[in-house]
Amino acid sequence: MSDMSYTDGNLLAGPLSDLFTVDLTIATTTCAGCGKVDRVAALHVYVVGEGYVARCPGCGDAVLRFLRTPTQVVLDLRGTFSLRVPVADDTA
Amino acid sequence: MSFVNPGFHGRRRDTSDRIPPGQFRTDDFPVLSAGPTPGIDLDTWRFTIATEGGSTHAWTWAQLQAMPRETPTVDIHCVTKWSKLDTVWEGVSFDTLMDDVDTAADYALVQSYGGYTTNLPLDDLLDGQAWLVFGFDGEPLAPEHGGPVRMLVPHLYLWKSAKWVRGVQLRLQDEPGFWETMGYHEYGDPWREQRYAGD
Amino acid sequence: MARLRWTAASVVDARYETPTARTLVLDVPEWLGHLPGQHVDVRLTAEDGYTAQRSYSIASAPDGTHVEITVQRIQDGEVSPYLVDVVAVGDLIELRGPVGGWFSWDPVGVDPVLLVAGGSGLVPLMAMVRTRQAVGSTAPIRLVCSVRSPDEALYLDEVGALPHDVPVVLAFTREAPSGSERPAGRVTLGELGRATNPAETVYVCGPTGFVEAVATMLVTLGHDPNHIRTERFGGGRA
Repeated sequence: MSDMSYTDGNLLAGPLSDLFTVDLTIATTTCAGCGKVDRVAALHVYVVGEGYVARCPGCGDAVLRFLRTPTQVVLDLRGTFSLRVPVADDTA
Repeated sequence: MSFVNPGFHGRRRDTSDRIPPGQFRTDDFPVLSAGPTPGIDLDTWRFTIATEGGSTHAWTWAQLQAMPRETPTVDIHCVTKWSKLDTVWEGVSFDTLMDDVDTAADYALVQSYGGYTTNLPLDDLLDGQAWLVFGFDGEPLAPEHGGPVRMLVPHLYLWKSAKWVRGVQLRLQDEPGFWETMGYHEYGDPWREQRYAGD
Repeated sequence: MARLRWTAASVVDARYETPTARTLVLDVPEWLGHLPGQHVDVRLTAEDGYTAQRSYSIASAPDGTHVEITVQRIQDGEVSPYLVDVVAVGDLIELRGPVGGWFSWDPVGVDPVLLVAGGSGLVPLMAMVRTRQAVGSTAPIRLVCSVRSPDEALYLDEVGALPHDVPVVLAFTREAPSGSERPAGRVTLGELGRATNPAETVYVCGPTGFVEAVATMLVTLGHDPNHIRTERFGGGRA
């Protein structure tokens, strides 16, 4: 039976708000492992204490990792080629 | 801002001298994984020690089973603050695996099926301090707890005891593992509460 | 835009939805409103400084500074037993939100919406239904609820009393109410319905296994994967 213990990137909305004022869960990532494009909200998330590991639903590679320690917040994005964040068009 | 919620105790605390600072005692065995439980076929399972010189020593499941066994009873401590006392394991001492391995390495990078890694000084894997375990509490080690085979290094926080272990790379230079690159402590001694880098 | 801060919310009312689920009505003085589907993070602190944090979906339509969450008690959980059994009206809890912009529905939309709930995954979807009713939206909306048994079903009276323009399928998976025409069993392809309108957005929320199974069924039924939004609770959350 496959492992259904993960939750998803929606859960990252609060933790990521420690760092960003825009909602990064609506951003899209491109997995560095397999090239699959996904919303951050749709990544498979494993929670270990204060750490969050967001994995590609396609290949399982860690796309985004987040850890809060008493003294710092660490965001590791080595698993993603790019992060695209929708913004309002303010040039119109 | 933080205030106390009266009547909220979290999980029960225990101040016994066997519980390291900041830890609480649990009688459950919480499952914490940074990724999915890999499906591992015992027929193709291998454990490999690779030295800094490039030589490799590999064991199949049957070869591991044929080695002398030990049944360590130890206390384990997870960085997420639970400790579990008197856990009974069955496996092979890492010393036994190192019997025929020639190395001048100071560091070990432990590697798992599924991609997890963790680093520690090689000395911490030797002298009866570490085992490759495949049994827990008289039963085969369950997949969610790292079966078929995990590392057991009970004197360090449990993230150093890699689940689903498949090999150890012996290195002259230290290389941080999965959590260590994220700011977990490079050594992880629970009695010195070395949870995060700088602790 | 200001960064979200943790803030003190006071419990102004509480009611049990089932023996194991309780709705807390919170007053959050700094609340700036929310979209249905969003959630809040709750943080509890023990006397010795120990803290624990969990996410809970908002159950209510926007209503000034009042926000409702419905908490399902998880056996051996750490936070949910406190919120279901211990916290009392007048107490304060620490909260951050609203957060989560992906799994949310904007009630100015007019396109059809299908909501599929597994167990307590109904909470954020109920916020969408309640918001639709509160603002007088005419967006076509259908609700499919999967739940083990009638005594575990949230908001059963309210769901049963929804107007005819909100069709509801109640799928009891283990034990159907006596006299029910539908035998106990999992949600079927027929109950989810074929994709007929390419503009329809589907929201699926519940335990991870349920969400994955439903998402697969929806794709089989011709729904565009880009129009399926999911929220997974994991194997159970404490």
